[in-house]
Amino acid sequence: MNRNRPNVWGYFFIAPQLIGLLIFSLIPLVYAFTLSFTDWNGFGDFQFIGLANYIEQFQNPEFWKAMLNTIYYMVLVVPIGIFISLILSIGLNKIKGKEIYRVFFFMPVVTSSVSVGIIFMWILNGDFGILNQLLALVGIDGPMWLTDTKWVIPSIAILSIWWGLGYNMVIFLAGLQGISKSYYEAASIDGANVFQKFRHITLPLLTPTTFFVTIMTIISSFQVFDQAFVMTQGGPAKASYTIVFHIYEQAFVDFTMGQSSSAAIILFIIILIFTLIQFKFQDRWVFYEK
Amino acid sequence: MLITGSFIMIFPFVWTILSSLKDMSQIFVIPPQWIPDPVMWSNYIDSLLAMPFGLAYFNSFYITVLIVFSTLITASMAAYAFAKINFKGANILFILFLATMMIPKQVTMIPLYLVMDQLNWLDTHYSLIVPGALFNAFAVFLLRQFIMGIPKELEEAAIMDGAGYVRIYWNIILPLIRPALAAIAIFTFLQSWNNFLDPLIYLNTPEKFTVPILLNSFKGLYTANWPLMMAGTVISVIPVLIVYIFSQKQIIEGVAITGIKG
Repeated sequence: MNRNRPNVWGYFFIAPQLIGLLIFSLIPLVYAFTLSFTDWNGFGDFQFIGLANYIEQFQNPEFWKAMLNTIYYMVLVVPIGIFISLILSIGLNKIKGKEIYRVFFFMPVVTSSVSVGIIFMWILNGDFGILNQLLALVGIDGPMWLTDTKWVIPSIAILSIWWGLGYNMVIFLAGLQGISKSYYEAASIDGANVFQKFRHITLPLLTPTTFFVTIMTIISSFQVFDQAFVMTQGGPAKASYTIVFHIYEQAFVDFTMGQSSSAAIILFIIILIFTLIQFKFQDRWVFYEK
Repeated sequence: MLITGSFIMIFPFVWTILSSLKDMSQIFVIPPQWIPDPVMWSNYIDSLLAMPFGLAYFNSFYITVLIVFSTLITASMAAYAFAKINFKGANILFILFLATMMIPKQVTMIPLYLVMDQLNWLDTHYSLIVPGALFNAFAVFLLRQFIMGIPKELEEAAIMDGAGYVRIYWNIILPLIRPALAAIAIFTFLQSWNNFLDPLIYLNTPEKFTVPILLNSFKGLYTANWPLMMAGTVISVIPVLIVYIFSQKQIIEGVAITGIKG
């Protein structure tokens, strides 16, 4: 009976996914590392050139431009996005009918990057966009959001905050549900007010969730691309040129595949560091509980 | 505050629909004209005719369905083996699956393009379907967690009756993890339907385009015609919103359980 051959059956069951893992993940990963040390341009032969791509990357002003734009974006999206979703989830937690609100807030999360990109191109249009018309009602002269080098990253950040709010909110709500009511009851007996309860119970007990959401938002911020590609093509004057944009352009516009791979590996190392930090602290985040 | 908040969240959708029903003269009116008059239903017909949206729908739909079904089978098979079969090297291989979840897709983007080139799959739907169908570490991981929770007694009873691994997998495990499979199906659907970067890189022929990529080139052609672009956008969003409305409970709770977007 096949009971006695767990090895054969084990491999049989994992075979399809294992083949997929090898061909579509592991081999390409090794391939990417290898390419990053070559001068391959997409056609024909290539030579190993050691660390030259990495050195060149660090001397390339476009790489630094992309890096700074990405970090600027992150500095806006991470704190503001997390603050708003935290406040909203706390407000929502005690309210009747929160399921209905949750449905509305989560709606953008399921929408594709191209659709939300086009929607925000219209909303943020400097001349006729509804945002500037609404701002004009309260006497504010809105900027040319997507065509002003100073405002294009904030514009993409606004879209991203709106887009990801529901996702973070749902995670925070799950975290809030995990806090035992007995803490609040005990605090009430001690005469704590709403603010004290928030400061001494909710915030500390929500730190694992906040930590998780922060790391995940940082990781996804490093990968920002679709919104910029759809709305601004990296412009104006490369003001929304992000690190993934740089990887994409070097690979599929300039065909400097080796160069591009080195930028991708640098991105990988950055993301790896944040992922490892998260893994190190993951026991503080209730990942396995159902 | 929450009512205002919800309004802000759905306002972009509402404004898109309103804009999609206006003609060019109404769309640039300042102050904004809220209600379209006349209502230009023809924008929808025009944008459907302007580009092969029907074909893109079909492409997206069949690609997504194939990916979802294959993922459910291949990922649950692997998850079952990792959870319940004590085979050699299982731990190391499972760690390998976990580790690949850390790899950002931009890193494997260029080599994957070259792999697709080697396989002669560039500008074909294989480049989208096969990787999706055969590789989803997140699904394997999540399903394994669920299968681990199935009590051993159930299997043991089946073994007594002479059932092998295949029968246990098919008749016991699969029916018991249906909620998890549903969550994976929805996540995989959304991920595959909304995928932008892969078709952008692999596909060249407009007839092969999926909905997001067609919408992006639609945008390129009709930059100035906002009503048409808004109609095209509404057309692209509708299927996802329908799926969302019917499965929002599973989607939201799935996200809450896993903490990871599919």
